[in-house]
Amino acid sequence: MYIIVVGAGKVGYHLARLLMTQGHGHEVMVIEKDRSKVDLLEIEFHDSIMEGDGSMVETLKEAGANRADVVVATTGNDEDNLVICQIAKLMFLRPRTIARVNNPRNEELFTGLGVDASVSGTKLINAIIHEQVGAGDMMIPLLTLKAGDIQIVEVQLTRSSQIVKKKIKDLTLPAGSIFIAVIRGEEVIIPYGETEFQPEDKVLALVKRTSEEALRKML
Amino acid sequence: MRVMIIGCGRVGAVLANRLDEGGHEVVVLDRNQQAFRRLSEKFSGERIVGNGLVEEFVRPTLEKKTDLLFAMTDKDNVNLMIAQRVKLSFGPGKVIAVVHDSILAGLYKELGVQTVCPTDLVIKDLLQTIQEG
Repeated sequence: MYIIVVGAGKVGYHLARLLMTQGHGHEVMVIEKDRSKVDLLEIEFHDSIMEGDGSMVETLKEAGANRADVVVATTGNDEDNLVICQIAKLMFLRPRTIARVNNPRNEELFTGLGVDASVSGTKLINAIIHEQVGAGDMMIPLLTLKAGDIQIVEVQLTRSSQIVKKKIKDLTLPAGSIFIAVIRGEEVIIPYGETEFQPEDKVLALVKRTSEEALRKML
Repeated sequence: MRVMIIGCGRVGAVLANRLDEGGHEVVVLDRNQQAFRRLSEKFSGERIVGNGLVEEFVRPTLEKKTDLLFAMTDKDNVNLMIAQRVKLSFGPGKVIAVVHDSILAGLYKELGVQTVCPTDLVIKDLLQTIQEG
């Protein structure tokens, strides 16, 4: 794959390195605004780094965005990451776009504005904390599908969960939601009517945003 | 008319002063308190210190029926993000983003974001001057 990484800060630098050295050895081009950073990294990245403003059409063109499979915007400014992804999508042969979101509250906006995937470090760490703490009715979003309308969520059941010791066929799921897997210890169960929930189960569900609250209440 | 101006720079401040003189209700927002020194002494509108990218600073003004919003900070990408967010959360009101990069300005126009490009305007003006000899 050909991957363009915009921004050679900590995130962009390590991402580019990983992509280049991983098994497949992707072809990578890093775009960085700051001349001194480019000078420093040229020793390591050779022809795979260029100086430029990645939110300008000309720069992306020069970087070969037309044959890029993925464009990743990793700068520390959300407004730049948004514009980078939007012009990559609009002007070139539709690469997939991924944006780093610095302010987690911008994630939804980005999805609404056509960015294929957005990643918020803050949100990820937050989710891990809650997973580790195992807080009661915590619903952890694992994946937001395009348009942000549908999510795959993970729910850790506890003894006090209402659905424990109940079978799926006896439950009325909120419209717009469905159980897709039950993780019990090392085992993954594809649920069906007879599946009975147990405390300590992790339940994966596909849920529409509008039904999220109803599902949370039910679990 | 009630107008919000985000970015009290050289252009934003003059626009604010003019609209205020013209009897419009003006709200100016800038990250930097010092920027308001550019406003005239007679300016009677509201001044808000805050970041136009953060919804809390913009929302209260827009919730009180605002007819027009100008996103005119010195950064194109900031203006484009503000304009798109406002469009998304407040529906099709009038939002105008000032975008200095001519290509970007054209591109976002196609996306349905109303943009004004100072660079294009200056070039147009200069060319006209030359033609008029």
